[in-house]
Amino acid sequence: MSDLAPKPLIPVPRGPVPEAPPPRKRAMVELTIDGQKVSVPEGSTILDAARQLGIDTPTLCFLETLAPVNVCRVCVVELEGSRVLVPACSRKAEPGMSIKTDSERVRLSRRMVLEFLASSVDVSTAPQFPGYAKRYGADPERFGSKAETVAQPPKIDNDLYVRDYSKCILCYKCVEACGVDAQNTFAIAVAGRGFDAHISTEFDTPLTNSACVYCGNCIGVCPTGALMFKSEYDMRQAGTWNESRQTKTDTICPYCGVGCVLTVHEQDGSIVKITSPLDQSVTHGNLCIKGRFGYRFVEVEKPRKK
Amino acid sequence: MLWGSNARETHPIFFHHLLQGVRKGAKLYVIDPRRTTSAQWADAWLGLDVGTDISLANAMGREIIAAGLAHKRFIEHATSGFEEYKKHVEKYTLERAERETGVPAEAIRQTAHAYAKAERAELCWTLGITEHHNAVDNVVALINLALLTGHIGRYASGVNPLRGQNNVQGGGDMGAIPDRFPGFQHVENDEIRAKFEAAYGRKIDPQKGLHLSGMFEAMEHGELTCLYVLGENPVDSEADRNRAKRLMGGLEFMVVQDLFYTETAALADVVLPAAAGWCETEGTVTSSERRVQRVRVAVPPPPGVRDDIEIVYDLARRMGHEWGPPKAECIWDEVRSLSPMHGGMSYKRLEEMGGIQWPCYDESHPGEIFLHGRLWADPLIGPRAPFSCVEQEPPADRLDKDYPIRLTTGRRLDSYNTNVQSGKFSSPLRREETLDISPEDGTKYNVREGEKVRVSSRRGSVIAPVRFDPGLRPGLAFLTGHFHDQVATNDLTIDAVDPKSGTSEFKATAIRIEKHSAN
Amino acid sequence: MDIHFTADQPSAEEKAAVDQELGAPETGWDGGQRHVASDGRVAFGGHDAGSHRHKLLPALHAVQEHIGWISPGAINYISQRLGLPPAEVYGVASFYQLFSLTKRPPVVAHVCEDIACMTRGSEEVCRKLENKLGPAGKPCMGGKAAWLRSPCLGLCERAPAALVSAAGKSPRERVLAPATADGIEELLREGIDGKLPAESDALSMKASIPQAGSANLVLLRRLGKSSATSLDEYRKSDGYEALRKAIEIGPEAVVREVIDSKLLGRGGAAFPTGKKWEALLNQRKRGRPHYVICNADESEPGTFKDRVVMEGDPFAVLEGMTIAALATGAKKGYIYLRGEYPFAAERLAHAISAARKAGLLGENILGRGLNFDIELRRGAGAYICGEETALFNSIEGYRGEPRNKPPFPTQAGLFRQPTSVNNVETLINVPEIIRMGGTAYAKIGTTNSAGYRLWCVCGHVARPGVYETPFGGTLRELIQMAGGVAGNGRLQAVLLGGAAGAFVTPKELDVPLTFEGTRAIGATLGSGVVMLFDDSVDLKKILLRIARFFRDETCGQCVPCRVGVVRQQETLERLIAQKPLGTTETEVRMLREMGQAMRDASICGLGQTASSALESALNRWSIFS
Repeated sequence: MSDLAPKPLIPVPRGPVPEAPPPRKRAMVELTIDGQKVSVPEGSTILDAARQLGIDTPTLCFLETLAPVNVCRVCVVELEGSRVLVPACSRKAEPGMSIKTDSERVRLSRRMVLEFLASSVDVSTAPQFPGYAKRYGADPERFGSKAETVAQPPKIDNDLYVRDYSKCILCYKCVEACGVDAQNTFAIAVAGRGFDAHISTEFDTPLTNSACVYCGNCIGVCPTGALMFKSEYDMRQAGTWNESRQTKTDTICPYCGVGCVLTVHEQDGSIVKITSPLDQSVTHGNLCIKGRFGYRFVEVEKPRKK
Repeated sequence: MLWGSNARETHPIFFHHLLQGVRKGAKLYVIDPRRTTSAQWADAWLGLDVGTDISLANAMGREIIAAGLAHKRFIEHATSGFEEYKKHVEKYTLERAERETGVPAEAIRQTAHAYAKAERAELCWTLGITEHHNAVDNVVALINLALLTGHIGRYASGVNPLRGQNNVQGGGDMGAIPDRFPGFQHVENDEIRAKFEAAYGRKIDPQKGLHLSGMFEAMEHGELTCLYVLGENPVDSEADRNRAKRLMGGLEFMVVQDLFYTETAALADVVLPAAAGWCETEGTVTSSERRVQRVRVAVPPPPGVRDDIEIVYDLARRMGHEWGPPKAECIWDEVRSLSPMHGGMSYKRLEEMGGIQWPCYDESHPGEIFLHGRLWADPLIGPRAPFSCVEQEPPADRLDKDYPIRLTTGRRLDSYNTNVQSGKFSSPLRREETLDISPEDGTKYNVREGEKVRVSSRRGSVIAPVRFDPGLRPGLAFLTGHFHDQVATNDLTIDAVDPKSGTSEFKATAIRIEKHSAN
Repeated sequence: MDIHFTADQPSAEEKAAVDQELGAPETGWDGGQRHVASDGRVAFGGHDAGSHRHKLLPALHAVQEHIGWISPGAINYISQRLGLPPAEVYGVASFYQLFSLTKRPPVVAHVCEDIACMTRGSEEVCRKLENKLGPAGKPCMGGKAAWLRSPCLGLCERAPAALVSAAGKSPRERVLAPATADGIEELLREGIDGKLPAESDALSMKASIPQAGSANLVLLRRLGKSSATSLDEYRKSDGYEALRKAIEIGPEAVVREVIDSKLLGRGGAAFPTGKKWEALLNQRKRGRPHYVICNADESEPGTFKDRVVMEGDPFAVLEGMTIAALATGAKKGYIYLRGEYPFAAERLAHAISAARKAGLLGENILGRGLNFDIELRRGAGAYICGEETALFNSIEGYRGEPRNKPPFPTQAGLFRQPTSVNNVETLINVPEIIRMGGTAYAKIGTTNSAGYRLWCVCGHVARPGVYETPFGGTLRELIQMAGGVAGNGRLQAVLLGGAAGAFVTPKELDVPLTFEGTRAIGATLGSGVVMLFDDSVDLKKILLRIARFFRDETCGQCVPCRVGVVRQQETLERLIAQKPLGTTETEVRMLREMGQAMRDASICGLGQTASSALESALNRWSIFS
């Protein structure tokens, strides 16, 4: 016993290297996409399988870190035997499935979805849109200039966020990020119904009166720039926002001990915004108010020699 | 189990992970005097009195043993001192714990059973455990529970102090502890000291140094007259702030190296402007989960502001020592050569693996996702893990009829320490400092929300507006330490220090509240 | 969870309304009196706290019914009671048309202006109301009342229709059909005076079932003959005989009989009922709870058969559900009733309570060890909640947005457990199947359309109402049975299956009213709607009303449907105004493309069928050229 008594001055000996339990073994599922056979682990989606084949499937409401809600329908594919098209992002691959990702039916639905969105929403700051529109020949102008839109003035009720819902395609990502998929604050939800459905705080109260904790995780997942950091919004308004002059550097948050990776976006020697990589095991792209906005102290007063 | 931690606000991204577990069915227990936002997620919240953690922990230990829920195999295999512990906690009955902590016995019993029966359990704590005059006793009382149930050294089971600063773990790892070299190697171990002496080519004092509280003690006795402060603001952050200010003001010579002209810098003879470590310099920090990660230059520092390393190297040069290029990676490689647990962490690997959790002994070692796995090895590797017998002891600052209210302290989500960093962004959540009390105490002391009151402790008094927080009960009050320009909380706090860790008892101050005539 | 509340406080009345529904709060933490001695020391919650979400819709109903609108303070209180974030509660409340989130007079008339009522003068009623009371939606009669335009109220056999609700301590609701502007005004006044008369049996079965009393009836044989409120009378006319027999033969045999009967669901999707039940039965061993749901959210414009059945023979619905429970192993059932059916709600609630008292619901049914109980849930004005997965979300306290399938309800339905959803009409066929045997039942009707069917005959027809026939007759025969074409007597079109159905021309009257017969001509039976239009009707206006219906009723979740129904309506409006973008042909082509995208890419049946009536009209007539 005595030889095993702890001795504080002696370093603790090395033990076995600890391991996480191995992931459950998953059977492989074989299916055919655009005539090519592909094998994916059980539980994979059609999107996973298509990506494995290098097939580029458009997505808007899908994000790796969020549960798929399959609402935008831009990823729909044609599944043999199915009456309707199916969403690639959420439909699980099943053995023997035969799928077409570029049939006339698929192209028509994708084009219509893009036209529906671009005719009702301001997609000018949505980075994916121009490419998709070109690929599918979308012509949102054809519904005429009187087509109803969700145009409305931006909501600027605090110094950190701008919410411009005239750019909102209702992809639900911000609601998911604010809710069960990350932050669990539930400051926003989908309210109303139909074309009037919109993202809202309770009673549409200003953000400053709501449950919002300004983690910015909603902004982090927004695909259209409807949600934007005030810093970026102001620079865009002033015409000084210039991504070609920006650098991105990964570093670690200067606040608490969790060790969140921050991606610092720098332009002209100043920090212009902070994000976090989606594939980072600590953050999964999420930050808190301090990580997201607490950087300002490096931009202001500095000490001097006495 | 979160014990003395409000991770929802102080470690928000850690809390995301915790909530993912909760969403998948994990049970959450929160032990905290306040019903915090973290506690509101709990399957059970136990609202104990401030400073009664040992009573609660010992009673849980007793209950686990009495109910036959102790992990006998693990105890026999890997621990020492169980019989003494068992005897020691015998007197901590549930009834006694209820009396001392205020928490109903049944709730304690349920919590103890849930912890013991869980297949996997994590016990995490923060400053609610460690900012006490008996901090180390508090910690070992919790460790006893982990040893008792075998919730240690296994995947997803363990004890975890959540670190409050991005590199407080790294600071300790690097030897910023009075008795340690980098890698927790003991200064008083001759063999280890010899290794460092050989590397540095000079003798090293075998005597361990002073911790922060010890330094103030030494200043008080005139034994410490010269201070070099890097990136700290003790004038605002120390308990019993008036004393700290007096002692530092009386030093013969003080250098402050900081990003800001802080209250402490204002007392310095020389202020050296330093670059922000996380975005203007290269290097590493170590997180709460022992993950060493790279920080990088993302923006240039302002003109005239220099990297800490450059400043220190330059100082060395002026003192006649040429240390080579002031490069973070060179210093890191030196750490790797002297600290075995960092040995395998080259910058290259840190990049590739997105950080590595120590220990990582060599370049083929993956790092370790949890510690103490050796306790389950058969035969046992290394020494047994000892149970410790610790007694409940109330906070140093006693409540009496003159000071009947217990003041405790903590952080807010959008603020950080003395607010020198977090105060610079325009947070919509920020509101002025308030003395938070229960609505019942509001009635008792006949004060309205927003009304200013005089808050007095045995050391000082401040004026603060009142805010009602239903998460508090009568006799319990709360202040942050963020806003010393508004309410100098540390004018009130006591510098009763834990002799083992050097931490002050920020969490327990006896105060009284009086209506403030200037209303 | 940590819930943030705005400063809005509930009134005492709002709290009382919620507490009456949910019971008194247990601790200070969930909205009750704060006791620091206990609440200050310990709080339980966590997983339990959010587990009452399924009580959200009833709680919102309670406030709406007692107060007349749902204030921010009330939403805060409900959130606190149920441990839910107010933003989500607001999101749910704002989904339903019957809930008002802005202050509104306590007495409200919902005046139907949907297609069936359009053929019977609803436009005239609305115009008169505008003159008498001012515009829809604005307070009138001294700010104490208001009238609103409403989608189909399911009273098409007595069109035009109105529903008046009076909120207060003892809330009252009643319908008026046929409605006149004067009649509506009078009811509003009575509502204001707190004297809104209760619904009377004057809603005579004779008016709704022209065949009532005929010896040939099977499904409708009791309606108008035996009392809908007397369990004894129900039992005397073979009631609960089938349940007895079902218990006798056991679940497997019941499922077999239903499979043999070839019963197809009568809600619109025509899925084999026996297959559904078998899927649940086969999962019994996995130990998960099973649910049976009676889909009584009858909201398809022109449909009213389920309402008539529930009002006239509620015990039959319960018996059918109880047999379904026996067959599927469900211990709990829900009837999801559309919010606009106050009288059916009353009748069903009465029947459930009578059945419980008689040992026909609850523990140990008929002393034979069967445990099953039924909860009645009222919708709140959302057509989409008739879609089965939207219905699950609605019961669970979420927005009534459909889920993607798979997983199918039989695998993961209500509360993600195996669930069988059956329409009212489907369920009342079940006792008959058990009584006569599945094989015998299958011989009735045609090979692919077995058994009996209820028809909702309305519009320009002499004797509108619910009709029962065995499958196999033609449309012409049914119209003749209902006394022939009314209005000006010159038939222009028949809408089969409701707004999600298809128009047929007078040349197609010989189509057999079977699943296969209608499919062959590109139509559908849907929910059994047979709505006639004489040639005075401007079909374009009907099409526009249908387009507007879908625009109002889309949940808004998926893009093709949310935007598609708007673009469809806009295009129709341009065509009707003869102001096409480009040519009429390009507009029509665009309508076709939209239709295809909605059909192909929408999540649920609403979007998938939102263009079908329009397209059926385009296929049959050259409406726009």
